[in-house]
Amino acid sequence: MPPTAPPAALADVTASDAALRRYLHGLPGVDAVGLDARAAVLGTRSIKTTAKAEAIDLAISMIDLTTLEGADTPGKVRSLCAKGVRPDPGDPGVPHVAAICVYPDMAAIAKDALAGSPVRVASVATAFPAGRAARPVKLADTRDAVAAGADEVDMVIDRGAFLSGRYLQVFEEIAAVREAAGPAHLKVILENGELSTYDNIRRASWLAMLAGADFIKTSTGKVSVNATLPNTLLMLEAVRDFRAATGRQVGVKPAGGIRTTKDAIKYLVLVNETAGADWLSPDWFRLGASSLLNDLLMQRQKLATGRYSGPDYVTVD
Amino acid sequence: MSIFAYAPAPESRAVVDIASSYGLFIDGEFRPAAEDKVFPTHSPATEEQLSEVAHAGAADVDAAVRAARAAFGPWSALPGSERATYLFRIARILQERSRELAVLESLDNGKPIRESRDVDLPLAAAHFFYYAGWADKLAHAGFGPDPRPLGVAGQVIPWNFPLLMLAWKVAPALATGNTVVLKPAETTPLSALFFADVCRQAQLPPGVVNILTGDGSTGAELVAHPGIDKVAFTGSTEVGRSIARTVAGTRKRLTLELGGKAANIVFDDAPIDQAVEGIVNGIFFNQGHVCCAGSRLLVQESVREELLEALKRRMETLRVGDPLDKNTDIGAINSAEQLARIQELAAAGEAEGAERWSPAGCELPGQGYWFAPTLFTGVAQSHRIAREEIFGPVLSVLTFRTPEEAVAKANNTAYGLSAGIWTEKGSRILWMADKLRAGVVWANTFNKFDPSSPFGGYKESGFGREGGRHGLEAYLDV
Amino acid sequence: MSEKSGARLSVFKTYKLFVGGKFPRSESGRVYQVTDSQGGWLANAPLSSRKDARDAVVAARKAFPGWSGATAYNRGQVLYRVAEMLTGRREQFADEVAAAEGLDREAALAAVDTAIGRWVWYAGWSDKIAQVAGGANPVAGPFFNLSVPEPTGVVAVLAPQDSSLLGLVSVLAPVVVSGNTAVVVTSERAPLPALSLAEVLATSDVPGGVVNILSGRTAELGAPLAAHQDVNAIDLTGAAGDAALATELETAAAGNLKRVRRPAAAEDWSADPGTGRLLSFVETKTVWHPIGI
Repeated sequence: MPPTAPPAALADVTASDAALRRYLHGLPGVDAVGLDARAAVLGTRSIKTTAKAEAIDLAISMIDLTTLEGADTPGKVRSLCAKGVRPDPGDPGVPHVAAICVYPDMAAIAKDALAGSPVRVASVATAFPAGRAARPVKLADTRDAVAAGADEVDMVIDRGAFLSGRYLQVFEEIAAVREAAGPAHLKVILENGELSTYDNIRRASWLAMLAGADFIKTSTGKVSVNATLPNTLLMLEAVRDFRAATGRQVGVKPAGGIRTTKDAIKYLVLVNETAGADWLSPDWFRLGASSLLNDLLMQRQKLATGRYSGPDYVTVD
Repeated sequence: MSIFAYAPAPESRAVVDIASSYGLFIDGEFRPAAEDKVFPTHSPATEEQLSEVAHAGAADVDAAVRAARAAFGPWSALPGSERATYLFRIARILQERSRELAVLESLDNGKPIRESRDVDLPLAAAHFFYYAGWADKLAHAGFGPDPRPLGVAGQVIPWNFPLLMLAWKVAPALATGNTVVLKPAETTPLSALFFADVCRQAQLPPGVVNILTGDGSTGAELVAHPGIDKVAFTGSTEVGRSIARTVAGTRKRLTLELGGKAANIVFDDAPIDQAVEGIVNGIFFNQGHVCCAGSRLLVQESVREELLEALKRRMETLRVGDPLDKNTDIGAINSAEQLARIQELAAAGEAEGAERWSPAGCELPGQGYWFAPTLFTGVAQSHRIAREEIFGPVLSVLTFRTPEEAVAKANNTAYGLSAGIWTEKGSRILWMADKLRAGVVWANTFNKFDPSSPFGGYKESGFGREGGRHGLEAYLDV
Repeated sequence: MSEKSGARLSVFKTYKLFVGGKFPRSESGRVYQVTDSQGGWLANAPLSSRKDARDAVVAARKAFPGWSGATAYNRGQVLYRVAEMLTGRREQFADEVAAAEGLDREAALAAVDTAIGRWVWYAGWSDKIAQVAGGANPVAGPFFNLSVPEPTGVVAVLAPQDSSLLGLVSVLAPVVVSGNTAVVVTSERAPLPALSLAEVLATSDVPGGVVNILSGRTAELGAPLAAHQDVNAIDLTGAAGDAALATELETAAAGNLKRVRRPAAAEDWSADPGTGRLLSFVETKTVWHPIGI
């Protein structure tokens, strides 16, 4: 089980709101123009032929196949689970996805549907997506999800508290959820679109990692700005630097707006050239997505047959 | 080796059709050199011969200058809006043919296709677009109500950005009503010859642009020719000095854009990840064949270790190899001669006691001219690698303790082309910029160019500015 | 236009407004008859209402952040593209201008060519305005001080009545090149070339809403635009022949202190335009920053 307390070397930085603030504000600044430019250059990498085939399978294996709608039903979730276990009915060589990501009340359905498969159940929690609920409710939500069989919990941070500088409150809440989640892996959603600045995203990344996050995740997919190449690049720098500082490796999950194979490969390039090969596995990098999987399958079919595929040749789930 | 190895992704050579030989472009026609001399041009990445081009001699220079002189009268008499129309056409044709010209440039020069495609070509087209706009607005440029052109401009350009340097020279000259005789560098003549075809497509009147291929002797003939009114040169400080001596005592106007030994200064409060990118871009962009390259890294002692660790880690991801591969970051050194110079200075660095480092496992191709990205630490101001322009992918690292010391070290050079400052503190950026004796100061960025922004050096980095409103002055009788 | 082209009965074009990048009819459903200089019927043009004017202002405001935030280079490329597209339809516009203004074909072609040249002239200004109208100020103190021209915002333009295309382009291009967005009221009597220009703009990479074109009664549309609180400036050129109207509109414009360009007695649209119009619709912003270690 991952540590719930910050690494010893950094223990005193979380001793008080003031200490935490000094620490987070002492992290190197982010020059937005430079960060965007670096992400854009990496976005021009051309991944073709054998490399593309490897990348497609790697991307499929990293997907947290997601349905987070008010209209979700057990039927919808079961169908998504079937898809996640065997994405292409015509080709057993296609890897399974990493996890199925659902609301807590669907976690038990997903657990049941995925029984016997290596695909994990991820559940959002803590009053996702806004996170505007009392702490006991958030903790109950978390315990509920884990009790229903969630292997992974995707929590949201309190962006209001973060933006008003109450960093210790955010830290303590993450730590409390970390504890409530028990054996489940904890992914901490920063909601980059609401944090607004790259400096904030770097600080929130460190705050979440100090509080015990196993993964840091860009966004809920429910606001206008979700995962972008620059904000994911920035979070990859954060996990890289955090491991160098503490020895503990934390994963990254961009989510929301990643729809095409081309997009997904750009994210893999970011991982490869920023955090490095140690992060190139579903254990350390995930792609939160729904429609992405079908595009990956169509591109996979194109590579296999030489013909462009069409939406009628992949399943709608 | 990464578990995610990128497969080769070569840009197609089929977009460019290189003839087996080229003549000189004089008065709107290609013609052989009067003495029928030719020389080959090679791909520095493979040493393959790409073509054979004419070697212009004294008679050819004379013919080109006469053609330019004959064209000058009618060209300078055109309404500015008509000169603008020609230049806009050239800009558009460069945009249309940009992939072809990018591949050509990467073949002949050795630079990565990513850079020729994303930097050289867009900037070259933008430069023509920008100066096209000035052609009918000279009365608004601040040089009087009706500023006049100089006449015939003799222009000699280097091999590091062949087409872009052509654009920097030709666009303002034509916009202001001058005609030109241009000599591209000996090792990179092809894009200028393709540019001649662009001029033909744009229906530019014959003689307005003349292109002479050749070596240093051709350039010397050109700048010494009594029929030219203006000399514009970009290249080494040594050649610049000899050109300044040649034009001494004549009525010729002169602008020079020469070497540099820029300091890239990193403070302890810098945005570190972007500073690392800026350092890498500053010295490894275009294999370090950049006169304004950030070849001296001045890092504040308190962040030296942290920065060097991050820089080395980043250097390990640089991809050196086939210039036409879309994933290549560092291409080939332009010539055997240049490679020898880089090797000689790197050896001097080691001999003088600096510590040399290159990424482990950086494999260089067997054919062609290559040099691994290289870092020297423990460099002193007195070392040759801290003073001489290497013009290659070699970075010398020095340290400082205070802003005053950073300024003193940065300015302690005969050059003064550019400088970089990395800090999150705005007032310090402006204080540093004030004190640095350099023509371009980049803050929290490096190696940025724009047609609207003047470029040029202090001290032995030359004089005159190219780009922007200021760039008009070099071609106007003011 | 001409009823027959060759032996075939020609297809007439329905002229529409241009608002937010789309081609709506007037929401009022009204049209008015447009005639040539001999009184012959040319087409029914939309008779825009006050509501159309309001819609156009909303579209222009919506487009402002994107257009003013685009790089000057990009705006220059877009304006140059307009010139290219207009060149491709040179003959059509010559026909329309000849019919609208009673010019002979040669004069009409000259007007079209000058209009094309005007787009090119202003395209070139996009990245030079700041270099001519801005600059560093050597203040007496440890400060960096820089002035830059910025676009005013949404500009209402009453296009000249006498020059249906060249005059319109001459007042429109200097407004949009610096990053303003425009609501243009065409020449009342000769709106057709302006409405056709919308088809050129729509295919020239001009973002929707940057230019909005309304045909109708200048006085009827001028009043709500001059009084509109979300319009930042107004060019009254089209009210040149009606001093009372011009005064009334200028008075209304004072409500939110619009920048007003008053009509000139007579303007020669073929003359060198200079920078006057260009600089009428920019604000100067000055930035101070300390210099110190």
